[in-house]
Amino acid sequence: MDRIPILKLGSALLVTIQVDMHDQLATALEEDLTSRIVECNARGVLIDISALEIVDSFIGRMLDNIAAVSRILDADTVVVGMRPAVAITLVELGLSLNGVKTALNVDRGMELIRPQLIAGDDDGD
Amino acid sequence: MTEQLAILSSEDVVRVRQRVRTLAVEAGLSLVDQTKIVTAASELARNTLDYGGGGHVVAEQLAVPRRGVRLTFVDNGPGIRNIDEALRDGFTTGGGLGLGLGGAKRLSSEFSIDSAPGQGTRIMIARWK
Repeated sequence: MDRIPILKLGSALLVTIQVDMHDQLATALEEDLTSRIVECNARGVLIDISALEIVDSFIGRMLDNIAAVSRILDADTVVVGMRPAVAITLVELGLSLNGVKTALNVDRGMELIRPQLIAGDDDGD
Repeated sequence: MTEQLAILSSEDVVRVRQRVRTLAVEAGLSLVDQTKIVTAASELARNTLDYGGGGHVVAEQLAVPRRGVRLTFVDNGPGIRNIDEALRDGFTTGGGLGLGLGGAKRLSSEFSIDSAPGQGTRIMIARWK
């Protein structure tokens, strides 16, 4: 089965979703990210969804789950690059992604998780 | 113009999304309206697969009385016992968030549902330009 690649960047993990994911692919990403957080001692996770044309309730729940699990594993998750039309649709759908930190782009997303990353370095990671 | 697409796997759900996007673009819907109907189609196609045991969607591009896209999702699954309850946000008989049906209704210009226990489910949505 196809997998979404996960890149390690210092103590952060970077995921760029560039395909229209079917549900099993989204579930696989959730599982892969969780194990990579532990393997890599990651303190931050950045998920770029700028290529996604829609976020439906399944993908929304996946993003929520990733944020919740990574929080428990002491990593911060930021979702970046959501298209304006996607944001409008998500709110009307009834999903507010309350548990997920969002930023407009990768630069701002990195700023959001930088404190975590620096703290990670101090720990000698 | 009318076409029928099978919904028998989660790859089919992706194909439905992509086809609906093309139809919405051709019908001249705005980007936000395209996104709304594609998202609604994704929710309903998943329901057809997960709760209806698979089925199909009839996709129509309409010119009269207005330009738009109409989608009818059909399955021969167990049907819905209480439609009002099924439309309520947060209600689910599966593992989902319970936003699919009510969300799809909010995202559409027109919505109708025809279902009864043992009779399958037929859901029509439309988005007009």
